[in-house]
Parts: sequence; C-alpha cells; structure tokens
Amino acid sequence: MIAFDYIRPADETAALQAATERPGARFIAGGTNLLDLMKLGIERPRHLVDIGALDLREVTETPGGGLRIGALVTNAALAAHPLVRQRYPVLSQAILAGASGQLRNKATTAGNLLQRTRCYFFYDPASPCNKREPGAGCSAIGGFNRIMAILGTSAHCIASHPSDMAVAMRVLDARVETRLPDGQTGSHTLEALYRLPGETPHVDHRLAPGELITAVVLPPPPARQQSYRKVRDRASYAFALVSVAAVVSVEEERITEAALAFGGVGPMPWRNREAEALLVGQAPSAALFERCADVVLAEANGHGGNDFKVPLLRRTLVSCLTKLTGAEP
Amino acid sequence: MSWIEADSGAAVTLSVNGTRHDLKLDARVTLLDALREHLQLTGTKKGCDHGQCGACTVLVDGRRINSCLSLAVMHQADEITTIEGLGTAHKLHPLQAAFVAKDGFQCGYCTSGQICSAIGMLGEWRKGWPSHLGDHAGAASAIDAAEIRERMSGNLCRCAAYPRIVEAIEHYAIHEGADT
Ligand SMILES: Cc1cc2nc3c(=O)[nH]c(=O)nc-3n(C[C@H](O)[C@H](O)[C@H](O)COP(=O)(O)OP(=O)(O)OC[C@H]3O[C@@H](n4cnc5c(N)ncnc54)[C@H](O)[C@@H]3O)c2cc1C
Ligand code: SF4
Ligand code: FES
Ligand code: FES
Repeated sequence: MIAFDYIRPADETAALQAATERPGARFIAGGTNLLDLMKLGIERPRHLVDIGALDLREVTETPGGGLRIGALVTNAALAAHPLVRQRYPVLSQAILAGASGQLRNKATTAGNLLQRTRCYFFYDPASPCNKREPGAGCSAIGGFNRIMAILGTSAHCIASHPSDMAVAMRVLDARVETRLPDGQTGSHTLEALYRLPGETPHVDHRLAPGELITAVVLPPPPARQQSYRKVRDRASYAFALVSVAAVVSVEEERITEAALAFGGVGPMPWRNREAEALLVGQAPSAALFERCADVVLAEANGHGGNDFKVPLLRRTLVSCLTKLTGAEP
Repeated sequence: MSWIEADSGAAVTLSVNGTRHDLKLDARVTLLDALREHLQLTGTKKGCDHGQCGACTVLVDGRRINSCLSLAVMHQADEITTIEGLGTAHKLHPLQAAFVAKDGFQCGYCTSGQICSAIGMLGEWRKGWPSHLGDHAGAASAIDAAEIRERMSGNLCRCAAYPRIVEAIEHYAIHEGADT
C-alpha cells in the first residue's frame, strides 16, 4: 500500500471540501473493497477522505411512498430493516445472498454499488489488464474466464459487475442521489451511473471527481411477487455466477407487470426492457418464459470458459419466473 | 478536523477490551495489525489479510467485522472487543468452554475468529436479523445447524473442523447463551 494523507470530516460540506482541496482524493466508507485493492497496489489513492462520521445512516420513507437509504447504511442494517423486508424483499434477499456476516456489517450502500470487478487478472498485478492499466491488454479474453460477463462486453474487457445488491436496486428502479463539490446535487439511475467498458474499461462509472453519493432512493414498492435467485460455486460466501432479480404481478391469470435484472453476466447489473414487455399481458407458461430468455440472451456471447453461463442464465430465469407466477413447470 | 499527512504518523486512540491505548501509527496500519503488532493482542489471527477467511474477526461496538479490512485510524470512536476481552485461560467464556467440550478445533488458528464471530452472529440472531435462509422468530435457543452454517460462512477452517464448530455454537446457544 502506498502512503496516503487521511482525514475524517464531520459533515458532508467538510467532506466535499476535503475532496476538492486535494485532487485525486478518494472517499472511503466501509473500506472492504477499497482497502483490499490498496493492499495489492491496484488502487493507489494519495488522499483518503473517511466519510464514516457523516450523518448518512438513516433509512426514511419519502413523501411519495418510497424509501431513502443513506449512503452509509450498512448492508446488514439494510437487509434487516423492517420496511425493506416487508416492501422490497428482493433487496433484502439479494444483500443476504452476498459476502459474509462480517463484511455486511461493514459494507455500505454506496460502497457496494461502486465495488470493482472480481476479475482474477484485475486482482493480479502480474497479468495484463486494461481495466487496471489502459492499453495493457486483457488476460481474460482467450484466457481463464469462468466468472466473466456474457453481455455488454467489449474487445477490451469482459469483466462482470460483482454486486448482488445492485441487481436488486436495478430491478427496483433505484436512483442514486449525490452532492458535487460545488454544492449542486445530482440524481442518477443505475443505468446512467455505470458505464459499459467499450474502449475505456478503466472507467467504471460516471460520477465526477469528488462527487459524493448521499443516498439511494427507491420508488414506491411494487406490490408484487419479488425474488432474488443466485447461482454460485458454493452454498454461501461466493460471488454469483449468474443471478436473477424478478418482480412480477399476475392478475386473473395474466402477467400485468414484470421487471427483471441479472447479475454476474454484464459489466453492470443488466436489464432488458424488451424481454419484460414480452411478458406483459400474457398467461404464464414455460413457452413464454423460454421466449423471454431468448430475448435476454439474443446478444449473449460466451468466451470459452464461461459459455455455460448462457444456458445457466436461461434456466435460472425460467425457473424463477415459473416459481413466481405459479405456472406449471 | 485536519489532514493527517502521509509522512507524519497519526496519533490514534483505541479502546480495546475496556482499556484506552494512545498510539502513534502510520495511517496505513489496519485494525488487525494495530492489535497484533502494536498492542501485542495476538489472539486475533491473520489468515488471508483480504476479508476472505474470518480469522481476524473482532467485535466493534458489539458487531463482528474483519479487522484486516479496516484502518485503525477509522476506529477511534469505537469500543473494540477481541478474544482476550471475552475470556482468559483461567476464566473461559462459556462459548470458549463449549469449543473445548465439543472439540471445536484442531490447529486452533481459526478459533478466535470463530468465537468472536459466533458471539456477534448470535447477537444478530437475537435481534431477529434474517439470513439467506429466510426470516425467523428470534429466540437464541431456537437456532439450528443450518442457520449456524449459513451465518458463520465468513469463517473458514483450514482443518475443516466444521461439524464440531457448529456443535459447540449450538450447544452454547441452547445452554448458556439463551439469556445473555
Ligand atoms: C471476501 C469477499 C466476498 C464478497 N462477496 C460478495 C458477494 O458475494 N456479493 C457482493 O455483492 N459483494 C461481495 N463482496 C463485496 C462487498 O459487498 C463490497 O466490498 C462492499 O459492499 C463495499 O462497500 P464498502 O462500504 O466497504 O466500500 P469501500 O471499500 O469503502 O468503497 C468502495 C468504492 O466506493 C467508493 N465510495 C464509497 N462510498 C462512497 C460515497 N458515499 N460516494 C462516492 N463514492 C463512494 C469508494 O471511493 C470506493 O471506490 C465481497 C467482498 C469480499 C472481501
Ligand atoms: S476482463 Fe477486464 S478486468 Fe479482466 S483482465 Fe480483461 S480488462 Fe482486466
Ligand atoms: S485475515 Fe481478515 S478475513 Fe482473513
Ligand atoms: S482449527 Fe485449524 S483452521 Fe480451524
């Protein structure tokens, strides 16, 4: 780890000022991803702004019937929150399917969204990696790539986004609220927050330097069936190979609303509106779910070691929809 | 609040097992290294140093965390409890006694982390926190092996003493931990 200056401001204004007065400063929240990468020399911030003392730990109802989740609410507290369990069970389930009890006690809502990929080569300074070192090449393309993405990749990077929580946030249409160094506020959908790798895989997201996430806001709960299904190499404490977050309502034997998001398969938690639209107005059936999977996977590409993710995502999606809608398997 | 400069060393006050310690540390020192190398509290172990094994688990304000993935300087407002604060060789904590009685270890390297983690985990269970297995009613004595395994998955044991570790925790939860 390289040496860094450190400050622990007492409030947001002081944190934004600290981040501005030392360019290149990084916020540290739970530290479970940033410190991990700093120890390996992959992240090399020279200035750390510890936001742990900021007053961003509340979960409150919004006037419109949604939920505002402070950026520093821990993953553990959020998953256990009564309103989340009652109204957004898909979010609670997704968080509890990730990491460990110890990590969830430390990990924060904002830090979880901005955690970096778990690509083995990104983590190994001895291997070329465009995300770590632009222009170096990608060791996963043509190499060992079991955990990599099958959607949204580029010729420069095929890494997947590792978060479970973010997949649930995406299916729920969460927005990220921010404050910029000049005091302005910002609001981003997850689709706008994350970037596809394209030719610049070293840039994961679109936040400006010094832009602080203050909260994640959920719209009113979908009063529907919700579920998060994660498939992984061991029963607990492993990242997703694929995961499916689904929110579906069925009325009078027709699907009236559907939202789907996918983890482990894309550089950001993935969504496909066309596949969702295809379900609406239809009677749940195995054939319908297969057609939905066709649309989700239309542009999917395996890279050799992760070819299995294409049929695995299909089966996980079909199984999830079958269970949620009570359709005959 | 002002910057601690990279080359200056930070004055860090840590409260560990009820005692305050004033230290001068590089800001890079993790909570784990502060405990082991600066306070000689070597009961807490370093396995992976990357949040993957749980050997470094300590309790911060009663909540279990991996001390390897946290900086000492970030914990000046907290009360830290390590295995040394739970029990001693002459006065074992009832969970330590359960590990002895049930043979909950072989080499013992993961044990401090297992015990600190289990104390934190049972606190979470009593508060009614759900797990990946679902919701539950909350009495500590009602915890079962499947829940213990899921909730303790952040603690690896290289000797694979898992069956006895689970038994020890279950025994403690049923007999001693019911009303603590
Ligand atoms: C062994 C292990 C297993 C894991 N398994 C899983 C898993 O199965 N599923 C899963 O989803 N996750 C898993 N994780 C990842 C874990 O969820 C993340 O490390 C955690 O959520 C990061 O949160 P943090 O608060 O510690 O972030 P930090 O490490 O503090 O920060 C991460 C990034 O976010 C930025 N940041 C933090 N807060 C803000 C803010 N308010 N505004 C702007 N920028 C901010 C930081 O600058 C940094 O770039 C695992 C981690 C480990 C170590
Ligand atoms: S997939 Fe992306 S993160 Fe992994 S080696 Fe290639 S460029 Fe690096
Ligand atoms: S040493 Fe901290 S989790 Fe392994
Ligand atoms: S007893 Fe040896 S590692 Fe657990």
